[in-house]
Amino acid sequence: MSAPILTVTHLSASIAGQQVVEDVSFEVPATGITAMLGRNGVGKTSTMRAVLGLISRKGKVLLAGERIDGLPTHRIVQRGVGYGPEDREVFATLTVAENLALAERDSKPRREFVAELFPDLMARRSQLAGTLSGGQQQMVSVARALLNDNRILLVDEPTKGLAPKIVGDVARALQEAAKIVPILLVEQNLDVVRALADGAIVIAGGCVVHTGKARDILDDDALTTRLLGVSAEVHS
Amino acid sequence: MTVTTGVPTLVPGRKGAYLPFVVGAALVVVMAVLPLLNISIPGILPGATYTPGSLALLSLCMVFAALALSYNLLLGTSGMLSFGHALYFGVGAYGLGLALKFFGVPLWPGALIALVGGLAIAAFTGAISMRVSGIPFAMVTLAFAQAGSVLVRRNQDVTGGEEGLRLPVDQVPSWLVGVSNTRNLYWVTLCVLVVVYLVVLWVDRSRLGHLAQAVRENELRVQVLGLRPYTAKLLVFILAALCASLAGIAYMLLQSGTQPSTVGADLTITVLVMVVLGGVGFRWGAIVGGVLYTILDQRLTVLARAEWIRDLPDVLRIPLSEPLFLLGVLFILVVMFLPGGIAGTIDAAVRRRRGERTRSQLRQIDDADETVAEPAGVRA
Amino acid sequence: MSSIVLILLTGVGLGALYFLVASGLSLIYGLMHVLNFAHGAFLTLSAFIGWQVAQALGTASWGSFVVSILVGAAVGALFATLTELVLIRPLYERHIEQVLVTVGLSFAAVALFEGIWGTDAVNIAGPAWLKETTEILGARIPNTYWVLMLAAALVLVALVLFLKKTRYGMIIRAGVENRAMVTALGIDVRRSFTLVFAIGGAAAGIGGVLAMHYTTFVSAHLGATLLIFAFIVTVIGGLGSLTGAAIASVLVAVLQQFANVYLSGTGDFIVVVLLAVVLLVRPTGLMGRKA
Repeated sequence: MSAPILTVTHLSASIAGQQVVEDVSFEVPATGITAMLGRNGVGKTSTMRAVLGLISRKGKVLLAGERIDGLPTHRIVQRGVGYGPEDREVFATLTVAENLALAERDSKPRREFVAELFPDLMARRSQLAGTLSGGQQQMVSVARALLNDNRILLVDEPTKGLAPKIVGDVARALQEAAKIVPILLVEQNLDVVRALADGAIVIAGGCVVHTGKARDILDDDALTTRLLGVSAEVHS
Repeated sequence: MTVTTGVPTLVPGRKGAYLPFVVGAALVVVMAVLPLLNISIPGILPGATYTPGSLALLSLCMVFAALALSYNLLLGTSGMLSFGHALYFGVGAYGLGLALKFFGVPLWPGALIALVGGLAIAAFTGAISMRVSGIPFAMVTLAFAQAGSVLVRRNQDVTGGEEGLRLPVDQVPSWLVGVSNTRNLYWVTLCVLVVVYLVVLWVDRSRLGHLAQAVRENELRVQVLGLRPYTAKLLVFILAALCASLAGIAYMLLQSGTQPSTVGADLTITVLVMVVLGGVGFRWGAIVGGVLYTILDQRLTVLARAEWIRDLPDVLRIPLSEPLFLLGVLFILVVMFLPGGIAGTIDAAVRRRRGERTRSQLRQIDDADETVAEPAGVRA
Repeated sequence: MSSIVLILLTGVGLGALYFLVASGLSLIYGLMHVLNFAHGAFLTLSAFIGWQVAQALGTASWGSFVVSILVGAAVGALFATLTELVLIRPLYERHIEQVLVTVGLSFAAVALFEGIWGTDAVNIAGPAWLKETTEILGARIPNTYWVLMLAAALVLVALVLFLKKTRYGMIIRAGVENRAMVTALGIDVRRSFTLVFAIGGAAAGIGGVLAMHYTTFVSAHLGATLLIFAFIVTVIGGLGSLTGAAIASVLVAVLQQFANVYLSGTGDFIVVVLLAVVLLVRPTGLMGRKA
């Protein structure tokens, strides 16, 4: 069992003086997909943004054993953290090609790998990213993170607002991605979580309340209802 | 942990609650009595405190302190960064002159007319400006002040154009005219300062003030609560403008004339410098800022003429002979290293000794700006 | 007819001047959310130094004219870069303080300029052709306007090429849209800040030298009135939009000329009215994005 790729200890964060993350501690293993679960508003997105340094935070964050909690965002990302934010945040006024080019950090970006994984995007290289569908934008977001040799990907609600077929496409893309890089995945769609995730971290009230195998949590209906407020049976 | 509310006072505890009032009242008494005393502060006052020169300087200080107080109501209490506040100061000054010149009325009705004029213009410009906030708001207020400045400069016949407008002294009571009556003018400006201070104090402490402060911190939350931020901000804006007009009237009386520079953006920036130097969000800071700036401006101008400055090499002489340059640099240093200004730094030190949280007013405006400016994609 | 042509062409020429100053402001605000009050100081200093250079080389020659423009651009860029590195960068993310610091800088700079070059305006001279006029469709257009139009067109083309074809240009375009995401891609936006300031300063510098020829004098306050118009243009065009600034520049200037000729010199006033109207109807400006 190798060392965790990401170790978070007593992380707290605030936005404009408001506390959004109370006290969060967890580890993300160096392989596979780890899901971060919780009801709406408990602080999952904020936790991710705090790890990236996008909001003001306190606490210890280790990436492959090195501290990154004091670094500015661009330095953290340069150390090998890929980010797929909630709502995609592709640059609408830039083309697909430009969006991808902007993301390239390494001297040898994985262009062929990304081209094979997202043939649809390659066909739309000159299209303005703002005119893409939600699913296509999500592909851009994931592709961006895969271009570089990242040590971990932080992906926030990738299937949000997408049609069921597209959800499947996105899930497959993430599965492929997980073969080469570990992923921390915030996701509300429990079917996706069941299909993709190995481990799971459950957050409630700004703190981690449960960790374990994703399947174990989702198979336990009572536990799921208690922690997430929804039955695992219900399809989103 | 909760943040200290709105306008921090020096001594917020229950025991010392009356201390600020006692200190304030004592200060007013001391200021009132000054013209009768023979105190000399060389280097700061041109003469002893009973001399017209010193009294004129002190009166000017008080006029600008009043103006700074009114601006602090906008910037400190309500978080509105206006670049056109001087417009209302100029309206007060020009309004008095024009009322006396064209309506032939005596002083007190003239002053009233000027105030009404200030109210009308403030309501109009405020209503339009407040359609936007933040930087666009600052720009609109700047544009209005610029328009006012252009209006004043262009209309030679009415406002005296570039030369300025002289105060028609015939309609002013004789006890307020002439160098020998500087003492009376001093007392009048002292009254104006006290009135403005009381108005500002009343607004800060009232529900209106608390509402404005809440809006400054989080406008969205106030709206959600069913309150109307627009009305609160507009009321505060108008009150601040009225105070500025009152200060303008005092200025006109004191100087027996006014110039187009009292209307434009330059004077607002000067007031901004005063308030930031003194400490945004602190009433006594605004007063200190206004007084300090005026004194520094006057004294540095005198210093520039000193012998030893003239003998310096150009590289040193030129910067040192320009008081506004020195003040500008001081302002930059304060913004970068002491954003709380004088009052803020002292207040923070006092609070740190007492173990309370300190918070700069500028930060609050900044944070509010940030939450509003967050890209739409982030907050689902 | 000829007066319409006169108004239109001089309006476009004046708009060119506004654009030279406003383009930098718009980019700086779009990327950094800082309203740069010191822009006027960049302009004024460039004009003064451009003037000194032109005098040294002989004011009547075209060569010295061009050199003075280039020197103006360089001075503007240098002044802007220093400002960004020394005053703006240390205040990262503190937007109000950044604005205040630029206010303080303009305050101090104007005073310093008065100290160095005096408070009176200095009359300047340039190549003789600039004082002449060219006749177009019956209207006599002073030749300074052609130079302004050419300069603004060149700057616009250069800016557009830079933004579209270079990596830094791409970073700036993305940053104007979503700065946080750019940092989340591992890019240090602060370098782009300095670059944008430098570009804005260079454009302002060119504008300063040309403004000096347009008004035929240079003074410590040259930047101040021009800056206010540039601000108005930037807000009307939409903060952060280069095309918006271009369109608004021409619109505002033509309207101003119109009002000056047909509404007895109320050009300045009308511009303010236009600003108020635009803000009432469309607060984000003509092409602004933030709703």
